[in-house]
Amino acid sequence: MANHSIAHNVYVPYLEKKGILSWLLSTDHKRIGIMYLVSISFFFLVAGVIALLMRLELLTPAADFVQPHTYNVLFTLHGSLMVFFFVVPGLAASFGNFLIPLMIGAPDVAFPKLNLGSYWIYLLGTLIVLLALMKPADTGWTYYTPYSATTDTDVVLITLGVFVLGFSSILTGLNFIVTIHKMRAPGMTWHRLPLFIWASYATAVLQLLATPVVGITLLLLIAERTLGVGFFDPAKGGDPILFQNFFWFYSHPAVYIMIIPAMGVISEIIPVFARKPIFGYKAIAYSSLGIAFISFLVWAHHMFTSGISSLAATIFSFLTFLVAIPTAIKVFNWTATLYKGSIHLHSSMLYALGFIFLFTIGGLTGLFLGALAADIHLHDTYFVVAHMHYVMIGGTVMGFFGALHFWYPKWFGKMFNEMVAKIAWFLVFVGFNVTFFPQFFLGVQGMPRRYATYPAEFESLMSLSTYGSWILGLGVLIMTVNLIAGLFNGEKAPQNPYNSLSLEWQVPSPPPHENFDEIPHVTDWTYGYGKKKEPEA
Amino acid sequence: MERPSVEHSHVHHMDPAVEYSSSKFGMWLFLGTEILLFGGLFAAYAIFRAKYPEMFFEQHKELNREMGAVNTCILIFSSLTMAMGVTAIKRGKQKLTAILLLVTIICGLGFGVVKYFEYGAKFAHHIYPDTSIFFSLYFMMTGLHMLHVFIGLVILAVMLVLTLKGKFTSKYNTPIEVGGLYWHLVDLIWIYLFPLLYLIG
Repeated sequence: MANHSIAHNVYVPYLEKKGILSWLLSTDHKRIGIMYLVSISFFFLVAGVIALLMRLELLTPAADFVQPHTYNVLFTLHGSLMVFFFVVPGLAASFGNFLIPLMIGAPDVAFPKLNLGSYWIYLLGTLIVLLALMKPADTGWTYYTPYSATTDTDVVLITLGVFVLGFSSILTGLNFIVTIHKMRAPGMTWHRLPLFIWASYATAVLQLLATPVVGITLLLLIAERTLGVGFFDPAKGGDPILFQNFFWFYSHPAVYIMIIPAMGVISEIIPVFARKPIFGYKAIAYSSLGIAFISFLVWAHHMFTSGISSLAATIFSFLTFLVAIPTAIKVFNWTATLYKGSIHLHSSMLYALGFIFLFTIGGLTGLFLGALAADIHLHDTYFVVAHMHYVMIGGTVMGFFGALHFWYPKWFGKMFNEMVAKIAWFLVFVGFNVTFFPQFFLGVQGMPRRYATYPAEFESLMSLSTYGSWILGLGVLIMTVNLIAGLFNGEKAPQNPYNSLSLEWQVPSPPPHENFDEIPHVTDWTYGYGKKKEPEA
Repeated sequence: MERPSVEHSHVHHMDPAVEYSSSKFGMWLFLGTEILLFGGLFAAYAIFRAKYPEMFFEQHKELNREMGAVNTCILIFSSLTMAMGVTAIKRGKQKLTAILLLVTIICGLGFGVVKYFEYGAKFAHHIYPDTSIFFSLYFMMTGLHMLHVFIGLVILAVMLVLTLKGKFTSKYNTPIEVGGLYWHLVDLIWIYLFPLLYLIG
């Protein structure tokens, strides 16, 4: 009796109701997750197109496609949209919303109305930023003072938009923490939680602790521009380095808001397609919290060249290396899970393997930048650009695509074309490497970031990078078309296409309104593939 | 087939006890983020005070201690009436709760009125947020706090209306308790702002 799917007397899929209002007013966490998915995907594609435009400008050394000012606007928009509108809310809000209640055996999140409110706040933030497009900012996504306080572009609107998004992020994180604490099904102990839940939990803690600080930082910047407050203005006795301290105190932990959910996704995908229990469950779970903790101690490694004391720089350099420990724990445990597994190369598994490969490169090059002496040379060069894209695209975006392909049948009750998905993965993987690997060499040779023009000697590497961006763009295009086509033409998805053990696969695809006809009693951990029992506590 | 063992029970929604503890937990987390929001300003205060001790000493004399003290008393009193209101609704006394909420709201409005005159006096002396770092801090800290007072007043007004409609009983009063927590935070932050800005020379 114990191991059959949950029976439903009246099964109404959550996608049943039609009409735009049935979405915008829905408190169903699954629908809110989809609304986030649609919104963030939109911004991902827009910011991606902007990136293609920037690469097009960089095809030749001269500024022949756009002028430098336009280029400044483009990289500001690209960074702001990607960071604040896509990767920060990205996996946490879309997949977190959809999966957390399903995975812990709850009918919904703890505060469904607040959840809907968070989405509306997200929409409000996006509207404000749309207004900011009339005179778009040219400061870069970090909005560094004193330039951001003096430029005549519309910094106030875009930072206000980001401030509002921060609220959305805080409320979502709060909701998830309370949900995970209070709504777990009977028997779902902390040490039986799926690792995606652990990752979401660590992310939510970061969202709660870090976001208010960037909130006040942006408010102060707005006050600086509107009221003439001088906290960051040396002419008024203020200190521009203070802005950088405040900004990175948030934004460095935010880097982990972006990556930890993706790590959670990888921890779900790998055991399913290796058909093995995850290796080192607790180490992976607690390393998420470890990363979250250490992430607060390292912010000043962004400021080695900003004029902080050499003692402080040395200490922050050392602390930065500490982050490598919990991160490496995860990578080793994923690899150990794969060892002697019976590996099935489903498209989501390909993205997971891509994640491990690319994220490892991103992580190791992070050590170069964390090392004080090397950073002095590499700071603000293309090396940094390559590093952060290896972490953000190679990590977060690979995790996002993996999650998209993995849970697609559950979300929509349809299947996509697996062959096309694999071709798209190949193009994304190759295109990504061709785009960003040359940038490591550009950086080492001294090419600074954020310039529309460059010396002729860099042309071969620069244009190689641009060709790569076309392959990458083509891959994302094919993937998008394939996933959208699956919605209309895809076969009906079975309840549990990968024979996965976690709770969300034990309900029909797509899931019913209240998730579970009856709240399940959990009697075993999630990763017992090929084994009957959970490991000793 | 490998599947986790799943048994069934009959729990469909959150039961009231879980809802109560969830709401309180959620509010405490939110209050934590509020403290962090002000934390940025407190950090700025510490940094600039260390950098310009004379400026802070000279310019804090411009602030009106009497008005600040009156406002401190008003807010502490309003926290008392708020706490009494929570106790009252837990005993099911709806009328008394409504009166206590009303008193709390009047206190909050009174705080705003005093602040209005205080700001007005500053502007009359040509003191604005861009006058100096000290007054930047003064206006930012008290201004952000004032914004929280307004939000608190809106919450209290909604609670008052719902109380008058009889929504809350001795069994169900989570929103009042949670709203009360928020009001206490507003009070608490002011208790730090008052000495830092008005009293310490």
